[in-house]
Amino acid sequence: MTETHIPAQHPQDPAPAPKMVDVFSDIERETAFKVNPAGFAVTELAAADDRILTLTADLANTLAEFREKFPERYIELGIAETNSVSFAAGLAACGYVPYIYSMAPFGVLKTAEQLRTDVDYNHLPVRLVGRLSGLAMGYFGTSHYAVEDIAIARTLNNTLVIAPADAASTVALMKLVATTDAPAYIRIAEAPEQVYAVPPDDIAPRFEIGKWPRLATGGHLTIAAHGRGVGLAVQAARLLAQRDGIEADVFDAAFLRPFDEAALAQSAAKTGKVLTVEDHSVVGGLGSIVAETVARHRLSADLGQVALPAVDLEVGVPAELYEHYGLTVAGVAAKARDLVRGGPAS
Amino acid sequence: MARDSGGPREPAGRHIVSSQEPIYAGAVLNDTKPSAAVLERGRHATDAELARKADWIRLKTIELVGQAGLGHYSSTFSCAEIVATLYYHVLRLDPGSPGWADRDRFLLGKGHVATGLWPVLADLGYYPPDWLGQFGKVGSPLNDHPNMKLAPGVDFSSGSLGHNLSVGAGMAMAGRIARRDYRTFVLTGDGELQEGQVWEAAMAASHYKLGNLVAIIDANGFSGSGPTSEAMNIEPLGARFAAFGWQVKEINGHDIPTLRATFASLPDPVTGKQPVVIIARTNKGHGLEMFEKQPQAWHLGLLTDEQRTDAVAEITARMELAE
Repeated sequence: MTETHIPAQHPQDPAPAPKMVDVFSDIERETAFKVNPAGFAVTELAAADDRILTLTADLANTLAEFREKFPERYIELGIAETNSVSFAAGLAACGYVPYIYSMAPFGVLKTAEQLRTDVDYNHLPVRLVGRLSGLAMGYFGTSHYAVEDIAIARTLNNTLVIAPADAASTVALMKLVATTDAPAYIRIAEAPEQVYAVPPDDIAPRFEIGKWPRLATGGHLTIAAHGRGVGLAVQAARLLAQRDGIEADVFDAAFLRPFDEAALAQSAAKTGKVLTVEDHSVVGGLGSIVAETVARHRLSADLGQVALPAVDLEVGVPAELYEHYGLTVAGVAAKARDLVRGGPAS
Repeated sequence: MARDSGGPREPAGRHIVSSQEPIYAGAVLNDTKPSAAVLERGRHATDAELARKADWIRLKTIELVGQAGLGHYSSTFSCAEIVATLYYHVLRLDPGSPGWADRDRFLLGKGHVATGLWPVLADLGYYPPDWLGQFGKVGSPLNDHPNMKLAPGVDFSSGSLGHNLSVGAGMAMAGRIARRDYRTFVLTGDGELQEGQVWEAAMAASHYKLGNLVAIIDANGFSGSGPTSEAMNIEPLGARFAAFGWQVKEINGHDIPTLRATFASLPDPVTGKQPVVIIARTNKGHGLEMFEKQPQAWHLGLLTDEQRTDAVAEITARMELAE
């Protein structure tokens, strides 16, 4: 990897180069909510429901608070992801509700068959929380990327596949999942832009299973995004409205399965142009969901994707990688303009 | 975990995603009340009765495989004494309340021998015997591999080799957390031990001192490709499990008095600190001369009508002799 692959965002800006961010510290309560909402949420949930256990495959530091409060309900399983999923299925078959905290690339890809056969087929309430999804692992390299996980997880018939946009929605969505009996894959975006107001300053975002909150309304195009893409989509839509007079329907596609087929089809029929934004491969993720839906509903719509190309990916610090692949506010706005004005197909 | 809870408190919520209501969800329910007819551990059964049950399992397997058109005869025959001893003498069961939280669990890791399990579960009253007549048909709860969502008495689904020791370790862990005294038994094949996940589970079980977990290896020496250790050496099995921190018992898996004594010597499920592996040395196809001579050929197959008549005659004669 040489520097020439990644154009600097502001060549004239002397600001220090982006660095990897520590996304684990949840010792301080304040920090926990913002930096490690998935660890924060499960600790809150466990206080009210003693069926909840947590397991990790060598990711103990995401559960520091939980371990302190409920040491007997935390099970470390070592660097053994496949065992952790089947083990959790055994716990669930005895009435417990296990949450497995795993690195997304290993948690889903390595254990796809255990998730399918032991968890999904048996309808067991095992919740896999995948930290460090997409390109979050940055310069650790492509082995540590999880950019195919949604493509795999959304083929599981009984599993909720959820990609929260920010800290507040992570907590809200995890609380919603806890009211169900379903298996779930919760895909955590690291250090995303804040989209929703942070409780207790404001009410927590309200979610319904399979429904996409609408974050903006417009008739020129539809933008659907999940995870860190939502913050980008919201800001891009604001830019487009201010500078280009382009008004967009913007959806938080936090639910990838089940997804909000009605809202998507209705909006696509109205705008005729749908842009998806996701820290995931162009294959099998939200972009594919949209394409399948548009085809199934016999709609005529132009589609665009801001996502990762289906080629060998570059390695670097996440901020630079996202810049490189156009997963930025400017990148989303540019694709949106092309789509609306009939620019180059993507 | 609240120590007086005796396990998780709230019943599970509602299914949101699933469009189909499962026919049966017993194994997932954590019923705390047993029915009036619990089958207690160590209930009376003579050696001769258990031997006859094992041969009856063989006869029923021949019948079920004939019905479906293809099946795993010789793998089922090798563990017939193990299954008979467990279900008619060792396990604490409650066919009237299959989800009873305190039942002993039995996982058929080598799920391809479910034809040996279905007649037993029917015989014990988990479901009507006429379910067997539907075996292999579309819509039947009884398939070539067990499905916990379909058949009462199945504590966990299997079919994908290497998973169930992990699942069993999770169930044993659940028993420890809930302070329940059930045991979890997992029957695996020996070829199945080539799966890496088995050893992840073996590591976790001894790490967490799961003395309520019992693995039984049906070591019949063969897997699909041929002799197990020619395909990929798994020996010395005893030394390997011992090195993983397990208590090892190596026995003749067809000898009923030995099986009975071995199960009687298991550690206390509440205070035991070491998982136990019973390496049951068995013959693939045991109990039918034709299979014993060519165990590999009969891993998956179908007897002709003539062969079936001879096989049934051979086994029936032995059963009558034992009476």
